[in-house]
Amino acid sequence: MNDNSHMIADTTRRIFRELGNPQSLKTDTDRRRLWGALETAGLTRTWIPETLNGSGATLADGFEVVRIAGEFAVSVPLAESLLGGWLLQQAGIPTPLGPGTVAPVDVRDRITAGGNDALSGTARSVPFARDATWIVVMGARDERAFVGLIDRSLCRIQEHANLAGDARDAVALLDVVPSAMAPAAINLEALLLIGAAVRSMQMAGALQAILDVSVAYANQRVAFEKPIGKFQAIQHSLAKLAGEAAAALAAAGSAADAIASAADAIPSAAQFDAGTFLEVASAKIRVGEAAATGAAIAHQVHGAIGFSQEHVLHRYTQRLWAWRDDFGGESYWALRLGRMVAVNGADALWPMLAAR
Amino acid sequence: MTVIQFDPIRLSPEAQALRTEVRAFLRQEIDAGIFDPLQGAMQAKSNPEFSRKVGARGWIGMTWPKRYGGRERSFLERYVVTEEFRVANAPVGLHFTADRQSGPMLLKYASERIKADILPRITRGECCFCIGMSEPNSGSDLFAANTRAQRCDGGWKVSGTKLWTTGAHHADYMIGLFRTSASTRENRRHGLTQFLVDMAAPGIAVNPILNTLGQHEFNEVVFDDMFVPDDHALGEIDMAWKQATSELAYERSGPERFLETSYLLFELVRVLGSSPDVRGAEGIGRLVAQVHTLRRMSVSVNGMLEAGKDPMLEGSIVKDIGTVWQQQLPHKARDLAAFIDGDARDRERFDELLAYATAIVPKLTIQGGTSEVLRGIIARGLGLR
Repeated sequence: MNDNSHMIADTTRRIFRELGNPQSLKTDTDRRRLWGALETAGLTRTWIPETLNGSGATLADGFEVVRIAGEFAVSVPLAESLLGGWLLQQAGIPTPLGPGTVAPVDVRDRITAGGNDALSGTARSVPFARDATWIVVMGARDERAFVGLIDRSLCRIQEHANLAGDARDAVALLDVVPSAMAPAAINLEALLLIGAAVRSMQMAGALQAILDVSVAYANQRVAFEKPIGKFQAIQHSLAKLAGEAAAALAAAGSAADAIASAADAIPSAAQFDAGTFLEVASAKIRVGEAAATGAAIAHQVHGAIGFSQEHVLHRYTQRLWAWRDDFGGESYWALRLGRMVAVNGADALWPMLAAR
Repeated sequence: MTVIQFDPIRLSPEAQALRTEVRAFLRQEIDAGIFDPLQGAMQAKSNPEFSRKVGARGWIGMTWPKRYGGRERSFLERYVVTEEFRVANAPVGLHFTADRQSGPMLLKYASERIKADILPRITRGECCFCIGMSEPNSGSDLFAANTRAQRCDGGWKVSGTKLWTTGAHHADYMIGLFRTSASTRENRRHGLTQFLVDMAAPGIAVNPILNTLGQHEFNEVVFDDMFVPDDHALGEIDMAWKQATSELAYERSGPERFLETSYLLFELVRVLGSSPDVRGAEGIGRLVAQVHTLRRMSVSVNGMLEAGKDPMLEGSIVKDIGTVWQQQLPHKARDLAAFIDGDARDRERFDELLAYATAIVPKLTIQGGTSEVLRGIIARGLGLR
């Protein structure tokens, strides 16, 4: 990391410490204040070049911003706005101010373009759609991928929430004319991969946070006349949680790094290679598994207090469980990865792993 | 925030070019019948001729200074050689311990005379080492070691017993941990010293112990007034507990910690064929994601070591979750292959490897530091102890 990267990371952490405590962030006003601070610092426009009025940071810097946001169980569309900004800048479209999001995020959903560039289709589980002022949609016309910028007020929004209570709305487009539209430099698959890498980083940050919260609690909570962290059973549980957090960090960090290097090849390549696919699929699978195992340990160590509304733990664990579903869950990626490995054959597996 | 760090380290183009060279060498050895990868999977083998060839290629002690026969290459290049040898189940038994542990130990603590004598022989693949740590009453609790070294004219006299000593029956030397004084009330780790032991010295008896599969890998080593010269003491007398630091991270985070039974994953992919059902494909996908993650963690720890950092905590994590993963692999592979026809092609070979792996995996979470000891180290790193 260079000085600029350190500055971006430090600023992100400072803003979240001041305004982004997941436990005190209750009202829309609180969330707007957090968003405002992030936007003023330029962090919401991390992946937009300076020529398009962004902060022009590297992909790696943006992934670190997302990971730190995960350490605070982020409940504003920061990751989604980064992703949307990146898609728009690839297509040469300026990104509006204000919170944005992307669609589709469910692997089964498709948006199509009709005559007069009017867009139609439904995207489910779109993160923070009702809170966004703009939505970047990716779709296909005549097999060609496009990127469209849409004013959210033109969409029909059906409100849904994930299990953490964050907006995951169904967005219906019925002949909606985008405010800007251009051929996409990447295909829909590439959006899915970058989205999965972004969510994996966010989850890795959240897993580090629940490890820290759990260790601090074990050192402070006294039972049977000593801090429970002195009991070997608790120590070994927390060591396992550390292993899961470490695996998540390594897998997500490696996938983000792979995306960052591979993205340099865009727009000459519209899609990522098999190695990048392995990295991202593995990250989303392994981080999702770590979320399940890790959250269970964190709750067990906390006992009853961690299951209460007043304790911060559930802000993390509920989001960890929910984020597993965004941009393809573990089973989705495992099936695709397994099929790719099977088609390539047993003798191609080691060379593929060793090349990373 | 926690201290855990796993930078996304990548292998250099030079390291990947070396991989091509190593694969060509291994292919040539297999084709010439020097070793059989499938037999190698089921019996760790020592092959003096093979080790000498590896030494001639410059792949033993390859990170060491040139004046001791090393090649001054990077730890990540060594990593590439180690993982390719492991995946091929190559017969590295003769030189592996010396290359990984004993050589670096000597490099740091032995006298110039010993370094000049022994290190070049190790790099030529002519010198086999074993590690004398465990005893009948001292396993995970290393500091309970009771094999005694007592001062005598010109050196030390050693008496006692080491146990579970892998490869002692092939070894030319042992690095042994002996008690040179009593532990103190303030520090129960005090009083142990590491020594270089010539296994041909009088007063040593090596008795075989067969493992659960009837194989002879480990031994009991009995010392009866064995003489060790003064300059064979390694490092400070009574202070061995201070010495095992960064070497341990290499030992714990190497590719052998998650690739020892990798043959089973490859054979599973083979028996499931090119179009497995949903259950089989998803199962393979998860295993591949898990092993890829472990490898990226392992490369990261080795890269951090290369950069002069001290990833003690990260190395312990890699060994803990890597060996637990390997231990579950045979059972998962068995489940996923359950509906493959018994007389299908490749199934027989898979079954043979499966049976072997199932029986061998209990040792993985014991050797080189039990999971319990590692979790204690991790807990300490987290600030719980």
